[in-house]
Amino acid sequence: MNHLLSIDVTMVDWARSQFALTAIYHWLFVPLTLGLAVVMGIMETLYYTSGNEFWKRTAKFWQRLFGINFAMGVATGLILEFEFGTNWSNYSYIVGDVFGAPLAIEGIVAFFMESTFVAVMFFGWEKVSKGFHLASTWLTGIGATLSAWWILVANAWMQYPVGQAFNPDTMRNEMISFQDVALSPVAVDKFIHTVLSAWVLGAVFVVGVSSWYLLKQRHVEFARKSLNAGAVFGVVASVLIMVSGDHSAYTVARTQPMKLAAMEGLYKGGTDQSLTLVSSISPFRQPDYEGLDEPPFKVGVPYALSFLATHDFHGYVPGVRDLLDGYTRADGTHELSLEEKIGRGQNAIMALQEYRRARKDGASGDALAVLGNRIQEDMPYFGYGYVRDRSQVVPYIPVCFYAFRVMVGGGCLFLLLFVLLLYFLRRGDLMERRWLLWTALCCIPLSYITSEAGWLVAEFGRQPWAIQDMLPTWVGVSQLGSHTVMLTFLLFLVLFTVLLAVEINIMCKAIKKGPQL
Amino acid sequence: MFMKYLRDAWNLYYDGFRSMTLGRTLWAIVFAKLFIIFIVLRIFFFPDYIKEHVREGDESEFVASKLLDDLN
Repeated sequence: MNHLLSIDVTMVDWARSQFALTAIYHWLFVPLTLGLAVVMGIMETLYYTSGNEFWKRTAKFWQRLFGINFAMGVATGLILEFEFGTNWSNYSYIVGDVFGAPLAIEGIVAFFMESTFVAVMFFGWEKVSKGFHLASTWLTGIGATLSAWWILVANAWMQYPVGQAFNPDTMRNEMISFQDVALSPVAVDKFIHTVLSAWVLGAVFVVGVSSWYLLKQRHVEFARKSLNAGAVFGVVASVLIMVSGDHSAYTVARTQPMKLAAMEGLYKGGTDQSLTLVSSISPFRQPDYEGLDEPPFKVGVPYALSFLATHDFHGYVPGVRDLLDGYTRADGTHELSLEEKIGRGQNAIMALQEYRRARKDGASGDALAVLGNRIQEDMPYFGYGYVRDRSQVVPYIPVCFYAFRVMVGGGCLFLLLFVLLLYFLRRGDLMERRWLLWTALCCIPLSYITSEAGWLVAEFGRQPWAIQDMLPTWVGVSQLGSHTVMLTFLLFLVLFTVLLAVEINIMCKAIKKGPQL
Repeated sequence: MFMKYLRDAWNLYYDGFRSMTLGRTLWAIVFAKLFIIFIVLRIFFFPDYIKEHVREGDESEFVASKLLDDLN
């Protein structure tokens, strides 16, 4: 009896839910840290270049909010690492060699850069020179951004495992090229897109808070100037994120085509594919991708999906069914069907079993080398050896489909908001557009939803893989009872909710108090 | 020169921590959070699963048994 088949399915679900809860909560803090880091850097640069004390006080105010968010977010990401060791022990052991390096670097960078320069930034206004203080403010932001880089490298590696080789003796994926891991196209795209999304969120936060002051007619000059800086920053970040989004989609089409098919609700692919704007996909159940070619109702932009995925208006984009049945690419190469991949995966598993048995029996030299070669040949499909059903390798389409539209729709809305705010601010009648100021304020929570939706697309879209094609989630988990994970899930839910309430309370008090002008 | 640098660095932190207002509340929250994460959660709820189930050096055999042996 395969004990993997006896693992309680709810254990996998609870472990995934717990990881998602922790990651979602952690991500409530990170983007504002990254976004405000740039905003406060800009404000202090204006102080440095103009010598105007107004900008110093403005910079101090945004630094105060940065500090609150930073303190509340500290260490919330550590819990994810605990979960690896407890809930995801097979996964953790297998990938530890690759995964450990970026996480360790992140820890060191975070500790030394952030702790040093944050202290100078908050305590050093009257102690160090203006130039040194400005450098410390920017280095605080750069430190936080570099931390994000290493975390995103680790995440990108799970989506696109490169720069490693499986060692059948140690049962571990071992890093063979640090450069390939750190600079993989997925890691680069993910870093740029994620950091830009954090900048957009930071800009929305600044214009939202500034709008609140304008609505209350408090600190009007401070609010107008902050809003102006925030909106300009927001426009720049929004335009850049559109470019990076386009490139990310192109990369996803090549590296994780099933994710793209799920994002688009594309059951049967082809050439000249349109990008779906509106569709009748039910949010509550997996659609019938085996029986239908496309959702019954669909409005799209002609050729746009083909262009997005292949940079050719007539390019071929595979759908869910093509990916399950196999297809031939434009360059003549053939993508294996799921059945063929399962066969290759089972070959890899059997070869690994034989290898370890032979080694136990004292075999060495050529005999082991032959088995080793057999393992490596089929290793890219290793995870498929554990797949028993076609539905297991199709992500939950409704979440991918709608989360993608929330992300893109939110991004477009924020660009429009920044442009309108700048337009009316420069025309001089922004104070009369109270609806726009209220919209800006309401966009603060919306920016968080948009940002989290981006992660839902990224993470739901790669299901069922803990490591793309190599390790499904149900193989990566520990053999724990689901009640254990359920208990800690509920514990986190309470803990996180309390912490979030405390943060919102402290943040609101600091905003109500306003800048010390 | 080096001693002056050390003294300045010490004063930066010392004066900074002494003059904190909101910072005191934030540090209290950070310490409470670290206590909960490292003492309560880490020790009581998040043991290292493999270390708990296998002796040091036998990890690969343990993981192999989980992934391979039972498939027969």
